[in-house]
Amino acid sequence: MVRLIAFLVGLFFSGMLLLGLGDTVITAIKEPAVPSVEAEFHEETLPVSFAHDGPLGKYDRGQLQRGLKVYSEVCAACHSLKLVSFRDFAALGYSEEQVKALAKAWKTEVPSINPETGEPATRPAIPADKIPSPFANEVAARAANNNALPPDLSLITKAREGGPAYVYSLLLGYRDQAGYKNEEGKELLKEFPEAATPAGLHFNPWFANLNIAMAAPIAADDQVTYDDGTKATKAQMAEDVSAFLTWAAEPKMENRKSAGWAALGFLLVFTVLAWMSYKTIWADKKH
Amino acid sequence: MSFPWAQEYKPQGAVSKWVDERLPLPRLVYNAVGAGYPVPRNLNYFWNFGVLAGVALVIQIVTGIVLAMHYYASVDGAFNSVEHIMRDVNSGWFVRYAHMNGASFFFIVVYIHIFRGLFYGSYKAPREMIWLLGVTIFLLMMATAFMGYVLPWGQMSFWGAQVITGFFSAIPLVGEPLRQLLLGGFAPDQAALNRFFSLHYLLPFVIAGVIILHIWALHIPGSSNPTGVSVKGEQDTVPFHPYYTAKDGFGLGVFLILFVAVTFFAPNMLGHPDNYIPANPLSTPAHIVPEWYFLPFYAILKAFTVDFGIPFTGIIIIPAKLMGVLAMFGSILLLFFLPWLDTSPVRSGHYRPLFRKFFWYGLIPSLAILTYCGGKPPYTQWVVLSQLAAAYYFAHFLIILPIVSRIERPLPLPNSITEAVTGKPLPAAA
Amino acid sequence: MSTVKKTKSTAKKPAVKKPAAAPAASVATKAAAGAQNHDGAEGSGVRRRDFIHVAAVSFAGVGAAAVAMPLVSQMSASADVLALASIEVDVAAIQPGQSIKTSWRKQPVFIRNLTPAEVEEANKVDVGSLRDPQTLAERTKPGKENWLITLGVCTHLGCVPLGAASGEVKGEYGGYFCPCHGSHYDTAARIRKGPAPLNLAVPEFAFISDTVVKIG
Repeated sequence: MVRLIAFLVGLFFSGMLLLGLGDTVITAIKEPAVPSVEAEFHEETLPVSFAHDGPLGKYDRGQLQRGLKVYSEVCAACHSLKLVSFRDFAALGYSEEQVKALAKAWKTEVPSINPETGEPATRPAIPADKIPSPFANEVAARAANNNALPPDLSLITKAREGGPAYVYSLLLGYRDQAGYKNEEGKELLKEFPEAATPAGLHFNPWFANLNIAMAAPIAADDQVTYDDGTKATKAQMAEDVSAFLTWAAEPKMENRKSAGWAALGFLLVFTVLAWMSYKTIWADKKH
Repeated sequence: MSFPWAQEYKPQGAVSKWVDERLPLPRLVYNAVGAGYPVPRNLNYFWNFGVLAGVALVIQIVTGIVLAMHYYASVDGAFNSVEHIMRDVNSGWFVRYAHMNGASFFFIVVYIHIFRGLFYGSYKAPREMIWLLGVTIFLLMMATAFMGYVLPWGQMSFWGAQVITGFFSAIPLVGEPLRQLLLGGFAPDQAALNRFFSLHYLLPFVIAGVIILHIWALHIPGSSNPTGVSVKGEQDTVPFHPYYTAKDGFGLGVFLILFVAVTFFAPNMLGHPDNYIPANPLSTPAHIVPEWYFLPFYAILKAFTVDFGIPFTGIIIIPAKLMGVLAMFGSILLLFFLPWLDTSPVRSGHYRPLFRKFFWYGLIPSLAILTYCGGKPPYTQWVVLSQLAAAYYFAHFLIILPIVSRIERPLPLPNSITEAVTGKPLPAAA
Repeated sequence: MSTVKKTKSTAKKPAVKKPAAAPAASVATKAAAGAQNHDGAEGSGVRRRDFIHVAAVSFAGVGAAAVAMPLVSQMSASADVLALASIEVDVAAIQPGQSIKTSWRKQPVFIRNLTPAEVEEANKVDVGSLRDPQTLAERTKPGKENWLITLGVCTHLGCVPLGAASGEVKGEYGGYFCPCHGSHYDTAARIRKGPAPLNLAVPEFAFISDTVVKIG
């Protein structure tokens, strides 16, 4: 009885699936899928490498400090970094005093209340504060940005496929759409005339739908003056800020890797010992 | 224990004796996983995975209890509390990554454990109860894992909750009210998050309870073995301790090396980037996919594309959406009937030439295809592939296995485990 | 017999037979090694084996202890809690005779600007007669003896004493009074009467300017 019912149920499910298969194939032939502009013109991330790549990689402190400078002078005007605190900057190689000074000098102040009247006010940041957001709330952020919401950057390298390479590519990926061709030599506006970038958006083939609301943030060399004398080319700034944002998303990466090596080394010895123990115990047993 | 030659627990010293007479817990452990449990001597490495699954559960419970000390189940605070764990709590990043990847490794281990059972016929008499309890554990694990994935309240958490509870809305008449009951609202929100946290904390202990039953049921007939031939005498077995404790110790080392390698060097490899974006009820991510261990079932769900009805009348009896949901649950529930679908008296796939072919060239590839296609966007080639694979999956268990077990001519079995191991027939005296 | 058969089919379909074939294949070498061990120096063999088992088990124990450390240390104060371990308070607005309550490490702190009379009263007391002998000077900073900064946590069982806000009972000695079990503190916040064993604790503090005090 069980087998009979099973047979019928199996026949039903498998049959419906095969019917569906036929249906899928017929639909695909009758109404072939239309190629989309994103599928043809969205680009893979640009090649870039970082000091923190790989299982032995460590952050380059100098690069992180430069990246912080790019973030604070360029990105911070619109993008928050809500999950990072000023005290965390000690990990970039700053002293306690420098962290305090950085917090105090931050362009956006921390929302607070006037202790006399209780009215909303702001105060300079202290190391314990999270980095204050440039906009009070989402509505304010959208109102100031043509109804686009600048995403928080605290986790951006973990929240996007490609991580830091994605950020790097996006920052350098602004192109002139007129006459833009992909690697196969197809010209976008000839293939997809209706895909012209709408007014107020900017063409960037590294962005998911190719049209991003953010104008190119890194527009020219020497937009930022580095304290360590590094030449601030566009690529240098993009690389530095991508490294900084990787740190912001994963501040414990170095602890993680070093703990990982210790754990692996330990386990390797344990496993060898356990294997020897296993072999000696079984030595006189055929199995 | 049923084997008369099992070693008996002998308390050493007055204290052990005193305890043994009042609460024979050491005796229970001795008989369960100690020298008092005789186990076939020919188990291969696939038999390590039961113990490893137990270890994985312990890892999840320990790290989970720690995480619950810092997590808030609030729609405004959940995401940030997870990041607080990652950034500010001492070693919090380690505990969180271990829990996150521990779930994946738990599933890897359990899947291998299940495939071991499927290939070596561990579900067959007299071990049906062990199998039924095992499938129950698997279902509980899936529920637990799903609810755990909702807790960080990222984009995938939220939309996973939305889609999975949406399954229930496919049920005629009661579907929508049932979904509202599960969620405590019209969409996932505070009520859903709080109850998922509560249940996510509870269910692992239920799983631990069912595991105790699973092991209890195992100790009635004893462990199966790669030949599938029943234990005939003392020469066929070795005591669990020290023989299999030593082997499991080695297996544990290998398992932990792989677990540590992923947890410390590629902790987000098995996750999805969108879950690092806080939940936004107004915008769905471009490609929503479940965690990798649900992909085959997700592929089955998506594979049903035509309604079942009376042709040319427009009458629909079972719409495609409902059928997908039924088939998805059915694909797991059918495992409950497996002991009665596969009627071959031979347990081990080694001695079943036809079964073995269908297992390696049918079932395993179809599940691999389903896992792969489950994570792909709905393009024609992936849909067709998953429809083919899903059709085979159902046919394999419901049609092919019952037929194969009838028509197959099994290879000659060894007379005993010892004979299979040593190549020598048993001495007449034994 | 069956072993022979197994090896044959292995050659044909390696993918299929691998898991089961592996232990069978290694049987021969292992058995040989085992036999040697057994027949050879029995005594030393046993000792070497014991050593391996002990080493493996102790290694596992050390590993478990190493994993237990982060699992316990996660309970201690997290980085964001530690970051708030020092505060800066502007005391310019506190007039003599007034006090304020502020919060440091999630505990109340009393900052009191003593009047000259209160300072005098505190200095009059015979230190030797006190339960927890301390002078006012020891509890304040030189030149700033009027600024009494203490934790607002009764040293008996941790209630918050009264006396910091205006209008509250200051106790029999004009300082603070804990209503839970009736401890009286004087104008230097020293215990004078009641069950509390110690004076109200003075946190680590320093004047970083004339009117700003850093606690912690």
